[in-house]
Amino acid sequence: MNDKKQKRPFRNRFRSWFDGDTQTFDHVMPMHAQEEHQLSEEERKEYEEEYAQMRERVFHVEHNREIWLFRKCFEIMGIVLCVLMICVLLIAVSYLPPTGNADNPANNEVSQLYVEHGIEDTGAVNSVTGMILSYRAFDTFGETNVLFISGCCVMILLLLDHKAQKNSAIANDRFYEPKNDVILQQVARILVPIVFIFSIYVMLNGHLSPGGGFSGGAMMGAGMILYVCAFGFDKTRRFFSERVYTSVKVTALVLYGVMITYYYIMGANGLENHIPLGTPGAILSAGLILPIDLVVGLQVACTMYAFYALFRRGGF
Amino acid sequence: MTVFMNILFLFLLVCAIAVSFTKNLLNSVLIYMSFSLVMALIWIMLESPDLAITEAAVGAGVTTVLFLVTLKKLYSVRTGKDKERSAGEEKQDER
Repeated sequence: MNDKKQKRPFRNRFRSWFDGDTQTFDHVMPMHAQEEHQLSEEERKEYEEEYAQMRERVFHVEHNREIWLFRKCFEIMGIVLCVLMICVLLIAVSYLPPTGNADNPANNEVSQLYVEHGIEDTGAVNSVTGMILSYRAFDTFGETNVLFISGCCVMILLLLDHKAQKNSAIANDRFYEPKNDVILQQVARILVPIVFIFSIYVMLNGHLSPGGGFSGGAMMGAGMILYVCAFGFDKTRRFFSERVYTSVKVTALVLYGVMITYYYIMGANGLENHIPLGTPGAILSAGLILPIDLVVGLQVACTMYAFYALFRRGGF
Repeated sequence: MTVFMNILFLFLLVCAIAVSFTKNLLNSVLIYMSFSLVMALIWIMLESPDLAITEAAVGAGVTTVLFLVTLKKLYSVRTGKDKERSAGEEKQDER
């Protein structure tokens, strides 16, 4: 190995670095461990005196007028900047039209079209969900992408790879907290099922009542976090591991992409939409809004829970 | 109803100012949570329950929990056990 390293240095070194060798410069550069410089008694005294003098002369406010001036200016400039910022924002707010006015620029033909033709176009009684997931499904697709990417970034930054690190994190996880807290467990036993049922209701009824994929998913994630806080990671790992998280987030995104592509290809080419809209108000209606709601909710719930787990101990 | 609304707005203002003036990080996180809760109430009164649900779940729930976990990691939230432990660590460092 070492002979190889010397013969063709760059290529072999790069390859060994790529294979996981952390000390690529072994036997190539002479290296010594650094010794700590030992100060003698006199040197140390001299050094301390110099240091004290320097503190006295340079950093003391009474001896150095510049520092005093700088600090005063800093405070005054900070206050002035804050006041200026507040003034600018307040002036901008004062130009906004009053809420609920019929002549506001927000009340234009677009919102009128959504209100008038929303039900017959999308089949959703809740016009907010109809707008978000059908008229503007592409925006929501971008938001789901943002969630996916932020989940990936948090994993890159906080996920622990090495087994030793992982074990120490798991061992230290509940060091400061009471384990098996009775009050928390009893409350969680009552609350978690209610939270889960309500979140599923909100997700499935997105086209009928207020709510939708994002709110339902966020609630489900919060319920899972409560469950973990009460009962620990051993119980959740039975149904939610790293593998489950990765597969769910990728599948959800791909499914959403496929559904939205169907909508856009059909709409752009003037083809007939084969998915029945159903009767408005029924649970199985509004075309693809229901599956899109489910997919978005799963993605959001997984991302919330994964954020918590990664922040807390760098793994699931 | 407008009186109640004005009280809520006043509470929002007080919360927003108090967050920046508290020295304790844990307190500021809790005040931020109450800000989100009041905001959720205001969303309901402005007739947008969609936003209210999301605000209550994300703003008051998940964000606060994430903040608390981060504070725990930074040893900003101190309990009795923590103090003993950190004192022990300092002694070890001195040796």
